[in-house]
Amino acid sequence: MSDPSALKTTPLTAWHRAHGAKMVPFAGYEMPVQYQGVLAEHEAVRNGVGIFDITHMGEIEVSGPGAEAWLDRMVTNRVAGIPVGKVVYTAMCRPDGGVLDDMLIYRLQDRQWLVVCNASNHDKIVAWMTDHLPAIGVTMGDLTDRTALIAVQGPRSGELMKRLDELAGHVSALEALDFYTALTLDGPGGRWIVSRTGYTGEHGYEIYLPFAAALPVWEELLAKGQDLAVVPVGLGARDTLRFEVCYCLYGHELEEDITPLEAGIGWAVKLKKDDFIGKEALAAQKKQGIPRKLVCLALDDRGIARQGCDVLHDGEPIGAVTSGTFSPTLKKALAMALVTAPVPEADLAVDVRGKALACHTVPFPFLPARTKGDPAAERNLSV
Amino acid sequence: MVPDDRKYTDEHEWVRVDEEDGEQIGTVGVTDFAASELGDVVFVELPEVGSEFSQKDPVGTIESVKAVADLFLPVSGEVVEVNQAVVDRPELVNTDPMDEGWLVKVKLAEPEELDVLLDAAAYAQLLEG
Repeated sequence: MSDPSALKTTPLTAWHRAHGAKMVPFAGYEMPVQYQGVLAEHEAVRNGVGIFDITHMGEIEVSGPGAEAWLDRMVTNRVAGIPVGKVVYTAMCRPDGGVLDDMLIYRLQDRQWLVVCNASNHDKIVAWMTDHLPAIGVTMGDLTDRTALIAVQGPRSGELMKRLDELAGHVSALEALDFYTALTLDGPGGRWIVSRTGYTGEHGYEIYLPFAAALPVWEELLAKGQDLAVVPVGLGARDTLRFEVCYCLYGHELEEDITPLEAGIGWAVKLKKDDFIGKEALAAQKKQGIPRKLVCLALDDRGIARQGCDVLHDGEPIGAVTSGTFSPTLKKALAMALVTAPVPEADLAVDVRGKALACHTVPFPFLPARTKGDPAAERNLSV
Repeated sequence: MVPDDRKYTDEHEWVRVDEEDGEQIGTVGVTDFAASELGDVVFVELPEVGSEFSQKDPVGTIESVKAVADLFLPVSGEVVEVNQAVVDRPELVNTDPMDEGWLVKVKLAEPEELDVLLDAAAYAQLLEG
């Protein structure tokens, strides 16, 4: 990553640069980490609405008569049998149960699907899927380099979405869009997909659209959302937002040597469905007892635990912090950690640069998501 | 705009020296550039009053949402005061790093160390790269 000119850009990169974003290399892309500041952007999404350029995400289209059965074998959650327009969160695992990536799978049509994977794992996932592609009945196309992705997130995101010209004819469909469902439309440049999905824990939408349509939509969102105080949000706040609601981030809570059962996404592993890659290992792990568990920690001593800090019980290491920061909403230092089960109930600490800072476990998640129901519902902010 | 009433380090700390009761007291903070690079500061850890350090010793940490930075002492000496306001309101490091967001005061043990620090012009040049 030493040659910045080798970084990929998005149709919005020039806009980000022109509007004061701090740009960083991320998963091979040059991406905005913040504009006005992580805390202000975080708060805008929790209380109003923010828009994110997440074009770096990978989009892989899978189609054909064999697509449904094949995809169902490739991932841990059940995708076979879901209705058109449904979105499913799932892990894709190795035979030993280690997570290759977590992803969304969209059923766009009866025989047409979209797999949305992490940018950091895109090349690996394309290679893995290609290696496992059956000789006939399924075709796969990588749409990543022509699909832009804009997330519109926050309790006021619904109001803003309805104002987009392109969605004017779809307002009732938009209002009826349930969490984890999508609608597809013919827009400028080709196919647009609008889904009630996101990575913030707030009511929100993600818009997949052709590269050429991205800048006009981005500017339209900012112009039409002025009274809603809409702001552009960078990857910094995207991380603190997902952290507070305890959504897993690959490279932190998920890794090839971590199983989805350990990472607390066992609900996305359907051991009762027909064979899938990793099923045997995951069933065995469940039967024998899951060796590690993802826990939520609140620090009692002053300090901030970061990824990699040891978690100590009576001074002995029992695991490590996977993500840790200062929670902008809850105003305290919190951490997620993967620790050996069973999790001790007391005498816990995290080793922060050689200092043992006392901490205690708190219920999952730190902050309840408001992705369903009233987008502005009151929340319990006590951790 | 780099104020010329103080000296700077290439780690983006500043130290301003005042005479107090015949002692040379250095007030230490981080520069506007450092504060802006760090982003929103959410936690500051400062040394104990009375502890003694040598030049370039790490004496504290400044943490933003995303990053951790060490605070290195630009001059040797004894810590005579820490800025409790910054401990309570870390955002002062962002809003006023050069004044209200100062971090520690030290009684200079070796004032000649100031000579090896950057003056305002040299620091401005460093920022311009």
